[in-house]
Order: sequence, then structure tokens, then C-alpha cells
Amino acid sequence: MAIELVRAAGVTAPPDIDDSQTSTSPWRPSVAAELADVLGNEKVNLEYRHLRVRCGELSAKAKPGQFFQLLCPQTPGDQPYLRRPMSVYGMDPAKNEVEFLYKVTGAGTRGLDRLEAGDRVDIMGPLGVGFTLNLAWRHVVAVGRGAGLATLAPLAKAAREAGVHVTAILSARRPSLIVSDELFRSHGADVVAVTDSESTSGPANVERILRRLISDGRCEAFFTCGSSRLMRVQQRLAKEFGLAGQVAMEQQMACGIGLCYCCVRDFNVDGEIVSRRVCWEGPVFDLMEALP
Amino acid sequence: MTAIGEVDLSVTVGGLRLRNPVMPASGTFAEGLDKVMHFNRLGAVVTKTITRELRSGNPLPRVVEQPGGLINAIGIPSKGVAHFVKKTLPYYAAYDTPLVVSISAPTAEGFASLASELSLPGIAAIEANISCPNIEEDGKAFAMRAESAEKVTRELRNATKLPLWVKLTPNTGEVAEVARAAEGAGADAVVVANTILAMAIDLKTFKPCLGNLMGGLSGPAIKPIIVRQVFQCARAVGIPVIGCGGISSAEDAVEYMLAGATAVQVGTATFLQPAAMIAIIEGLKAFCIRREIPRVSDLTFGVVIEEADEADLAWVDASP
Repeated sequence: MAIELVRAAGVTAPPDIDDSQTSTSPWRPSVAAELADVLGNEKVNLEYRHLRVRCGELSAKAKPGQFFQLLCPQTPGDQPYLRRPMSVYGMDPAKNEVEFLYKVTGAGTRGLDRLEAGDRVDIMGPLGVGFTLNLAWRHVVAVGRGAGLATLAPLAKAAREAGVHVTAILSARRPSLIVSDELFRSHGADVVAVTDSESTSGPANVERILRRLISDGRCEAFFTCGSSRLMRVQQRLAKEFGLAGQVAMEQQMACGIGLCYCCVRDFNVDGEIVSRRVCWEGPVFDLMEALP
Repeated sequence: MTAIGEVDLSVTVGGLRLRNPVMPASGTFAEGLDKVMHFNRLGAVVTKTITRELRSGNPLPRVVEQPGGLINAIGIPSKGVAHFVKKTLPYYAAYDTPLVVSISAPTAEGFASLASELSLPGIAAIEANISCPNIEEDGKAFAMRAESAEKVTRELRNATKLPLWVKLTPNTGEVAEVARAAEGAGADAVVVANTILAMAIDLKTFKPCLGNLMGGLSGPAIKPIIVRQVFQCARAVGIPVIGCGGISSAEDAVEYMLAGATAVQVGTATFLQPAAMIAIIEGLKAFCIRREIPRVSDLTFGVVIEEADEADLAWVDASP
């Protein structure tokens, strides 16, 4: 029997709410916290873990770029109090499953690392604004580094289903830390791996790769997550060639649903600096408005 | 035996009849929660604090977690009163739950003009967040002392006919005196309390964990302190006390009501369980059924204190 690591019961609003006092159509929750069953929580490499859970219908309908807030199990050494935002790595509405790819870095993720198949974990979501695919595009490029690859993986799947081809540029410190390359390939993406140890991940080389893709007509839009340096390269190229782009941004969060204004970032909207909540107006933003 | 469903959850607080005693704490509620709950289930909704001017808020990081709670220094980012009236107010017109508007200003006059401007149809009550620094008093919060609390409350009272709730700070040794001063100046209720001034330092960098250096502690860690202050205030005033501090369960809400609260506000718990307020409402009802209490309002100040020589009770003279 797996150890009980769950801290608090998930509370979902009952579906049978009496709407008789309003004129609006019957209300249904579109975000819920629920206790999901852990199906697997495996090591992908030294740093990354792959968590797969069985969840309710609502959660399984998450869109690429959206995220969940996970209530991380407390352990004798760590007492994470707040939930931790985790972008969705995969979703299967037919099987009622969602997946997360995370790097063990702190109290929250150390707690998650202890989960085993048979445990339950409290997940809240789906949250935020995800990626938007323009069906007029034929070729797009996804540029991710580190945990940013997790955010882009479900986009590759959605793109394939929409008939949009993806070239994925996956960046990591060294080849053994590249995650998801096979997953991207299984979604029909061309994969270009760049690493620090091979001196291929620098902005100059990534720019060279992107310029070639653009000149080959294989880059009508950028999707990116996980690297400010690479984001700036794409912003420059998007401006130069008039290309569209979206970036999934990260920020420390508390509530995850737009209440607390903990996760704000500045954006440049037509020359004006505007503060936005990453959890609510994002986490996916227009590439040209993002500031590093 | 009370039949299921017979519990009367309604309460009357500060000039308002509420369908139940549960509402959000200011700053922990926004439109986004309508993805999680129907707002018509709440006793009231309380907005984020509105200021006259645009405020961008504090430097990041704005939140740091602690065992049993969190410290925040968000800094009241506000799009200003005009934006609130144009955008936020119409949004809440779709609900029949009383809308309580939290306001803040750096001067007593500023509070009054804001309250006057916000005395609008669709707004059920004003909650004056007088825990903020008073620039006329060297930055000390209005609610730190009875005198400044009385002055700002009186100006607010003269500025609006709406029910006036005054939100007190726990960072004073005179919370009961401040509550009495607010009552004397015309407040219809006091909200007890706000966050407790706190600080945390990162041992890796030796830097403060918050961009603002200091912030306010909230969550279960502060609950016993605020329960005590609610009790002190409820003994001191005749107007209703609204309890606010670390409530995450129906049992917590019951404890606050026994200490003297007529209603309760839930804040940090919503960050962990977004539907916490709904669970608390359901739990309050279940508690009353279980204990055969016909009206939830019967819990208010229901704390049982055995007859004793007052001199034997340490809290009588204990300064908080």
C-alpha cells in the first residue's frame, strides 16, 4: 500500500448549484481542485520526473500551454505551503489523464518526487490562457529550454492534429538532459537538439538555425518557453520578418487564478509598459509584448 | 432534533442581511473565482482594495510561504476608482450577493471622498481598510491608535450613508480600544483583522525574501492571535465583529463565531483550496445540524466562560 502523502482533500464545487436567482445559463465549474490518482511518477533522467495522473473530465480537457496548481505533499524535511504551478505536459480526454514533466528543484518538487503509483495528489486546473494555433499556418517552430520543453510538447501534438508541421529546437545543458525529443518526434515534429556542452545552444547558433528555417519557408510562427536569451532572438527575427509568436512565461505564483497579483510581469504593449498576471492573462503571451 | 436543511445560515452584519456568514477577505477574491464557484452561494463578496490613484504595487517577490501560512507584500495594485466603477461594478450586477467595496487612502479626507464617490447603486457596503499607512501620522496605520481610527471613521461616516465596515489592524496593542473608537465614530461593523506585520530572510542570499522587505503574515499560523483579538473586540463593542485570520475550515469559522464574530472572511485558504468558502458554508450547516443549533447566528459570542474571579484570569491584564 502506497504511503498517504495527500495533505488536504480536494474540494470541488457541487455541480447542482441553484441558479434560479440569476438569469444566466446554468453555471458549471470550469476549474476545480480534485484528488487525482497517481498512475506513474518516473525518473526521466537525473533531473526530470514524469508524473501521470487519472483525473476528472474537466482537468483532462486542458489545452496546450495551460497549467495546473499542484498541492505538493509535505515531507519530514519540507513543508511547501502554497501550490506549485506546473504546465501540462500531456492530456488525454479519452482516458481522463493529464501528465506533468518537472525538475526536482525545491521543497514542492521534492514532495512531488515522493509520489508513487497508487498515491493521490491534489491538482487544481486547468488554469490560464494556453497557446493559440492559427490553422492558416503550415509550418511553425517551437523553441524550448529546460522545463520549457514540457510546456511545448502538447502544442506539438495539437499542431499535428491541426495539420501544422512543427520544427522543435530543444535546448539543454548537455545531451543526456534533453527530454521529450522522442515525444516531439512521435508527434511528427522535426527535432533539432542544441546543448551547452556541444556549444550549439548559444543565441548565435540558434539564430542561424532559425534564419535557415525562415528562408526555407518552414517558420511562420514562433512558440517558445524556458529561455529569455532565445526569446529575444525570436523577437528580433519575428520583427525582421513580420512573423507571429507566442511565449509561455514563468513566474512565482500563489493563487494561480488571478486573485493575488503575486505573479505579475511587465509587458510592452505598443510602447506602454503594462503589468499583467502570468496566471490569469497568461501564461502564454504575445511574443512581441514580452519583456525578459 | 433539527431536520436537515432547517438550519438558518443567515446573519445580519453591519446593516446588511447576508444569506450566510461567509465572505472573502479583501485581496483574495476576483472574477476568476467564478470558474470555481457560483458567487450567489456566498454571504457577500468583498473586492480588492480600491484606491483613487493608479498603483502598480510592490517590487517582486511579493509572496513568501511559511509553515502554516504566507507573508505577502503585494502593495495594493489598483487601476483606480474610475476603472472600478466602469468595469468591475457592472460585472457584479449579475449576482444578487451583496457587494462590499474595500477602499484605502493615505489621508482621512481621501478616505471620505472615495467613500462618497463609491456610494453607488450596486454597492452594498464600504469596507475601509484603515490598516494602511497614514501619511499625516508619519506612516503609522490609522488603525494603530484609537484617535486616528476615530478621526478617519468619523469622516467616512459623514461621507456615506452606506453600511460602513472598518477593517482593523492586528499590529496594535490597543485593538479593543480602536474597535470602540470606530464604533463611537459611527462604524456599522469592524473587521478583525488584517495580516500581521512579518519578515523572512533567505539564508542562501542573506536577503529579505520579499521585495518590500516586510509584509503581512496570513494563514493558519495567525489564527489563534486573531481569535483572541475578535474576542477582545466583541467584548468591547456592540456592533458586529467580522472575523478574519487563517480560517480554512468550518471548524475555524465556528471558533471565530464563538469568540464573538457575526460573520467571517476567508482569504489565504482560497489559495490552497479555491472552493474553500463553499466547503466552509456546507460545513457550518453540517455543524449546526450535528449540534442541533437552529440558527448559525446562535454561535456568535457563544464562548462559555465559567464564572471566575476576574483577578484570576491572566488575560484581563495581559497586554497583547
